[in-house]
Amino acid sequence: MGWKVVLGVWMTAVIVLALSLPISANPQRWYELPKIPALEDKGRIVFFHVPTAWLSAAAFVISMGYGIRFLRKKNIDDDIKSASAAGLGLMFCVLATVTGAIWAKFNWGTYWNWDPRQTSIFVLLLIYGAYFALRSAIEVEEKRATLSAVYSIIGAVTMPFFMFIIPRIMSGLHPGSADDVNSGPVVSSGGMNFTMRVVFYASLIAFSGLFYWMWDLHIRTTRIESKQIH
Amino acid sequence: MGTTNGWILARGRKIADERLWQASFAIFRKDWKSELRTRYAISALVMFVISTISIILFSLGSEGASLSALSGMLWVAIFFAAMSGLSRTFVAEEERGTSMTLQLIATPTAVLFGKLLFNLVLVICLNVFVVLLYSAFISEFVVKTYSIFIVTVALGSIGFATAATIIAAIIARANTKGTLYPVLAFPILLPLLLTVINGTRLATEGAFFEEALGEFNLLVSYIVAVVTASYILFDYIWRD
Repeated sequence: MGWKVVLGVWMTAVIVLALSLPISANPQRWYELPKIPALEDKGRIVFFHVPTAWLSAAAFVISMGYGIRFLRKKNIDDDIKSASAAGLGLMFCVLATVTGAIWAKFNWGTYWNWDPRQTSIFVLLLIYGAYFALRSAIEVEEKRATLSAVYSIIGAVTMPFFMFIIPRIMSGLHPGSADDVNSGPVVSSGGMNFTMRVVFYASLIAFSGLFYWMWDLHIRTTRIESKQIH
Repeated sequence: MGTTNGWILARGRKIADERLWQASFAIFRKDWKSELRTRYAISALVMFVISTISIILFSLGSEGASLSALSGMLWVAIFFAAMSGLSRTFVAEEERGTSMTLQLIATPTAVLFGKLLFNLVLVICLNVFVVLLYSAFISEFVVKTYSIFIVTVALGSIGFATAATIIAAIIARANTKGTLYPVLAFPILLPLLLTVINGTRLATEGAFFEEALGEFNLLVSYIVAVVTASYILFDYIWRD
């Protein structure tokens, strides 16, 4: 219980700081955020958009991990964990897509322009959709768990091509594309100053905590539901 | 003693390898024979290709399209034709009720590679047919660098067959046989599709062979990744 209160306070602090710290072209004082080329005043999106995108990928890995565990041990509880992680991953994936599209409207002029990064998040969305379509098509519990675990592993095998290779060899507008002369990948290059980094990683931790909380709740309700059915 | 054991092990492994190849080839021959008897997959593929290409021709009319659009449409035709025929190998086993027998007489690996070989032959025939029709009827589509085009189509066919086979195995076990196949296969095939479309565009623009090496690297690593994953995972799909 205690950590949930801490998480609430932590998250509030992150939101307040992320929205209120001023952005200046030449940050002098500790509380000022730098102006990143090509992101300009809309750079605050990294505090919210990047954690959601990161969680949608992380949830996929978690789902696959529990899928592998299910295939090894045939314990149906692992399938519940795997499916719950995938469900939350789908939600964070939608959030990342929507926040990214709204931001793209104001920064690049259109909601959607098939930038390689947009393509990759779209494919992640498709894989999540196909995963749940497959699950709904199979009635036998164990068969459903096995086949969906196998599908998520095959999806994960092709995922690196989207997440890491295609966006960096194809040209695009998103930071970190092949022909990006402005800033490179925002997080791994030196575009952010110390304050921005602290707020960013705090936000990443807050979102991950939120994910864990929701995941835990989802697992517990699914367990109760499956007990009522049997 | 140790060397004898090692020798026996090595010899046993060699026999197993030879048997795997023989068993896969036997399954390929069996599928090919039953396919020639009914010609279900082949006629579905041919009719699909003809209807897709005629739709493209109708919609283009007398107007031309850009080379990148034409390269994209070539693979759209291949994708949907492949989706109509490639799930057949596994679905037919379930429909005829012969998958149990196949589980008894052959190892899962042999089944996987036999079916993979069958799908590979089917995809190569399909692609040759599509490319011939496409270049015969769409005069704007002219390949300038043949080396890029041939390697792209060859690697694209192998990649298509590998991903389509493992997804077909999953689909055959689920209750809805046909409808889910393109849904499940599309996200898996998309990295391949984007790369082969890019490679085809380079070939029609007359790029040098070296310029397409990045695409070929991507295709080869895609094939290796999907074949390895299918090899490991097929056991779980195949056995009840």
